[in-house]
Amino acid sequence: MGILEVKNVNKRFGGLQALGDVNLSVAENTVHAIIGPNGAGKSTLLNCLIGKLIPDTGSVMFQGQSVLGRKPYEINQMGISRVFQTPEIFGDLTVLENMMIPIFAKRDGVFRMHALESSHNENEIIDQAEAMLEDLNLQDQRHMHSASMSRGNKRRLEIGMCLAQTPKLLLLDEPTAGMARADTNNTIDLLKQIKDERDITIAIIEHDMHVVFSLAERITVLAQGSPLVEDTPENIKGHPKVREAYLGETAA
Amino acid sequence: MLGLNKRDFSLLLIVAILALCAPFLLNPFPADSAMAQFNAGYPDLMQRFVIFGIFAIGFNILFGLTGYLSFGHAAFLGVGSYSAVWMFKLLSMNVIPAILLSVVVAGLFSLLIGFISLRRSGIYFSILTLAFAQMSFNLAYSVLTPITNGETGLQLTLDDPRILGVSRTEDGSIPVTNFFGLEMRDTYEMIVGPWSFQFNNGYYLCAVLMLLSFYIAIRIFRSPFGMMLRAIKSNNTRMTYTGLNARPYALAAFVISGMYAGLAGGLLASMDPLAGAERMQWTASGEVVLMTILGGAGTLIGPVLGAGFIKYFENIFSKINDSVLHSWFSFMPDGLENLLVTLVHPFVGKGWHLTLGLLFMLVVIFLPGGLVEGGQRIARLFRRKKPDDAKKSTQSTPAE
Repeated sequence: MGILEVKNVNKRFGGLQALGDVNLSVAENTVHAIIGPNGAGKSTLLNCLIGKLIPDTGSVMFQGQSVLGRKPYEINQMGISRVFQTPEIFGDLTVLENMMIPIFAKRDGVFRMHALESSHNENEIIDQAEAMLEDLNLQDQRHMHSASMSRGNKRRLEIGMCLAQTPKLLLLDEPTAGMARADTNNTIDLLKQIKDERDITIAIIEHDMHVVFSLAERITVLAQGSPLVEDTPENIKGHPKVREAYLGETAA
Repeated sequence: MLGLNKRDFSLLLIVAILALCAPFLLNPFPADSAMAQFNAGYPDLMQRFVIFGIFAIGFNILFGLTGYLSFGHAAFLGVGSYSAVWMFKLLSMNVIPAILLSVVVAGLFSLLIGFISLRRSGIYFSILTLAFAQMSFNLAYSVLTPITNGETGLQLTLDDPRILGVSRTEDGSIPVTNFFGLEMRDTYEMIVGPWSFQFNNGYYLCAVLMLLSFYIAIRIFRSPFGMMLRAIKSNNTRMTYTGLNARPYALAAFVISGMYAGLAGGLLASMDPLAGAERMQWTASGEVVLMTILGGAGTLIGPVLGAGFIKYFENIFSKINDSVLHSWFSFMPDGLENLLVTLVHPFVGKGWHLTLGLLFMLVVIFLPGGLVEGGQRIARLFRRKKPDDAKKSTQSTPAE
């Protein structure tokens, strides 16, 4: 039994069947990639996992508990963090504050009224945030507004913010979209490092095959809302069905 | 000190000194000089400066930190005023129970309105709050007349019960508001040569409460809670996917700022024990938005500056009428004098709104950070000229 079990999930948008009978099992402490052509339903599936969308039928279980019907912040508190396609960070706040917020969220839960304490006295939180920034090589920028960082560093920060919560499952939605090659390679290295050093499961949606084949241990190919094949990267590479889905029937 | 860092503490100290010395600072011109009309150091206006300062400080906790623009904050001010006057009618003329009740009632009222309005964000939130405030205003005018006394406004009368006080004084008049016997309207006048400075009990009570409000606001700004509020403004999506529920945070900010408004309303009634529905009208809600933006939303000192600025215009600029203008330009030939008076006329006196409006437009276009940003730019100019004085100029400009 995997850490994440998706069973018979269906989702329709009007006349469009976005997801049809999706079954997916993500094993603990693996990197599982979900690939597929545009419109295959990858993002819809991800949104069903984090509570942004509710599937019409089917079940989504995380560590044996259903996530359906829970609010996104509750699902996050269960141990699922998400990295977005365009980095979602607190642009008006400094890099250090950005890093402090998830650590507060982990310590204090969904809401705590700490209006008369000083955030400068939260030494434990600050130390943890500083250590995390050191790991990410962002410590020189910690007093900078995060909006003025480069795209690659914003991505690093966002991944770091997710890790600061020590999630059990990290979901990445095209983490290298729109990045230069050097930034892409940096991100791959960072993710590899995370995979090696931490007790974490990673599910990744990606278009860039270079990224997928450098990281994934297991790959699910999605086409027109349904899983086509699920296998190891080696077997996926030469799979005729995958070529067909990506390149059209004539190429097969 | 007091749980503040050095910079915030010196800001608090500067505001405290300014507030305590206001009777001197606001009366720089001798009483019988031509410039005396620019003196703002009379009790009524000084009270307004600090009371609306409190109102704006509270509004800024909501708008400056979370970015939720409420267009209905005057409703809480009005509710606070009504509660205070009822306390004067029923309990006693001491201002403390009245102020406490106004804060509590405004807090409960804002909890209700905030709970409903915060289901939406952005413009829909603004419209919901506006709708609630206008509803309160219209209700106060019509069906709630038994509580609000409708158009006349709620006033004290000679046959109010006043359980812990007297219905009427020995000479048969309505008793005045007091702080454990210290009458709010009592003013000590100090005459130094041609100058006259007025020290009013009511003003000092308001000033002390303003300093307390300001201190609490600084603590909130610097707390983890304040950081969360800024996070809501910055990126609500990330907030949610970081396992934080933004609603209770925003609601807490809304209630706190509602309580500040209630305190301001209670103080208005304590200085002058009457409350009218017009205090809840949308123009009054708009005024506090103007104050905050003019001074600098999201900064600590900005709202206080903005409140002072607008109240000064409202009370001083509006008094410059044609005859005053004629006396200013009387040294010129008649034709020129009339021409100048005609040119200046639309901007002063009854036209003070025009000057304020133009000023507001200029600030929003050229100084998006409000007057505080203006101060920072001036300070930067000075710093460039005299690098040695850098320390001094940072102190004189309250950055946040």
